[in-house]
Amino acid sequence: MLTNRSKVVVDKKMTFSERIYLPAIIGGLFITIKHFFKKKATIDYPKVTREMSGVYRGQHVLKVDENGAERCVACGLCAVACPAEAITMTGAERKPGEEKLYREEKYAAVYEINMLRCIYCGLCEDACPKEAIFLTDRLVEVSSNRDDMIFGKDKLKEKYFNEVDITKRLTKEVIEFKKDKFHLHNQMD
Amino acid sequence: MPKVTIDNHEIEVPEGTTILQAARMIGGDIVPPAMCYYTKLEGSGGYCRTCIVKVTKGSEKDPRPIPKPVVSCRTTVMDGMVVENTTSEELLKARRGVVEFLLINHPLDCPICDQAGECDLQDLSYAHGLASTRYKFRRRTFEKIDIGKLIKLHMTRCILCYRCVKVADQITNNRVHGVLNRGDVAEISTYISNVIENDFSGNMIDVCPVGALTDRTFRFKSRVWFTKPIDAHRECSKCCGRVALWMKGDEILRVTARKNEYHEVEEWICNECRFESKDKNKWIIEGPRHITRKSVISQNHYENIDLSKLQIEVTRQIKAQGGKDIKEHSSRVQFEEKSMKALEMAQNSKR
Repeated sequence: MLTNRSKVVVDKKMTFSERIYLPAIIGGLFITIKHFFKKKATIDYPKVTREMSGVYRGQHVLKVDENGAERCVACGLCAVACPAEAITMTGAERKPGEEKLYREEKYAAVYEINMLRCIYCGLCEDACPKEAIFLTDRLVEVSSNRDDMIFGKDKLKEKYFNEVDITKRLTKEVIEFKKDKFHLHNQMD
Repeated sequence: MPKVTIDNHEIEVPEGTTILQAARMIGGDIVPPAMCYYTKLEGSGGYCRTCIVKVTKGSEKDPRPIPKPVVSCRTTVMDGMVVENTTSEELLKARRGVVEFLLINHPLDCPICDQAGECDLQDLSYAHGLASTRYKFRRRTFEKIDIGKLIKLHMTRCILCYRCVKVADQITNNRVHGVLNRGDVAEISTYISNVIENDFSGNMIDVCPVGALTDRTFRFKSRVWFTKPIDAHRECSKCCGRVALWMKGDEILRVTARKNEYHEVEEWICNECRFESKDKNKWIIEGPRHITRKSVISQNHYENIDLSKLQIEVTRQIKAQGGKDIKEHSSRVQFEEKSMKALEMAQNSKR
């Protein structure tokens, strides 16, 4: 026997109460009506969203610094760390006058993540030496078109003054590392 | 011929050989690193002091040790000399100090630098350097300048190895750049801007151990580990025409001279090959270039294994094992013998 719930079927004669079916129908209705007053298992997505875990790894964000300049320098360490080979980029040199747009002398002219290839492991975030890329608790928008799933800088880069909150991803260790006086030379003049 | 012992390896070398060259003849991990010495450039070496070694016995005639570490690129061997490089803890500590000094003014901008991935200083600081710096003052910084149409100089990264100056002196017939000023404010520069035009001036980029001199046609195009190194040659009236192409797909991003295991160029190439021949049809492709497994460039890099070379290497390793306690290594020796047999079989079947 596979379960302890199986019942042996016997061909016995039904009693009067069983024959009129009413008690069984009322019993069934009672179960149905009971569920009207229970808490719903579903939510009204997308009007209501569930709370994400702090370590949920969803859509990436390319951070800007406190002055709104891009942090990414197209160093390629995220692409080399990526086990799914989802990240590609092209670097370019910052021209004089673009200091407010790009934090350092090199920037990513093209930065693309193939969201269909990405396995959301977060190794790009670990590899990033400039704290430019983070995985956030946002869900990736779906599409019926493969080309739309290659996210460029227009979808990945956050808007200045409307920054994506990544404080949950910045662990205590990362913040400690930032405070380290020995790393002051990594900062801009 | 003088006999010299370097890290317990004995070798007989011709008279007048330097300790560094003798170590390179032995090969392997015992070779001291060198930032300024360049075999092909006369009078190079003696500036950076990364190749220091400890001489524990001066010679057979005068066995007194040399009291201080000596630069191995400038010191010639004596008969019976005993040299310690990696076996001396004291020396490694001294070299760590040298690396720290080299890094005092060097910016840690490897994520931006084009040299990252094939940089001598990056390798050196990774092997010997500290993870952090103790230097708390303002670093020496310079504006980036174009010293020629095709070469960009970022003096901030320079470690003043003088290699580029020696290239201009010895490979080209007129040198128009050099080291201006002295001491802390010394810098590589030209008096007139944008002046370097010599046909062999591009070799300065190849000899630069850091990312101070960079190829303007390749600047920020790609990281080196995303490009595929390929050996190729062409008919060139000015130089040998044998180069390494760094390709991405069908596109040639960069052309450099072929470099050996000590990152020294095998043959100088001219500017026409380096900067103006980026069309794939101009080259005769020989095949993928050998990249050491330790390099980041070797990721996703496939090449044919030369079975005869591998056999020589396996034979050498078995011979090296022979000197040690065989019992401990017996399983390994057996494994190697098995692999030798498999190799022979593979070669026979090939014939």
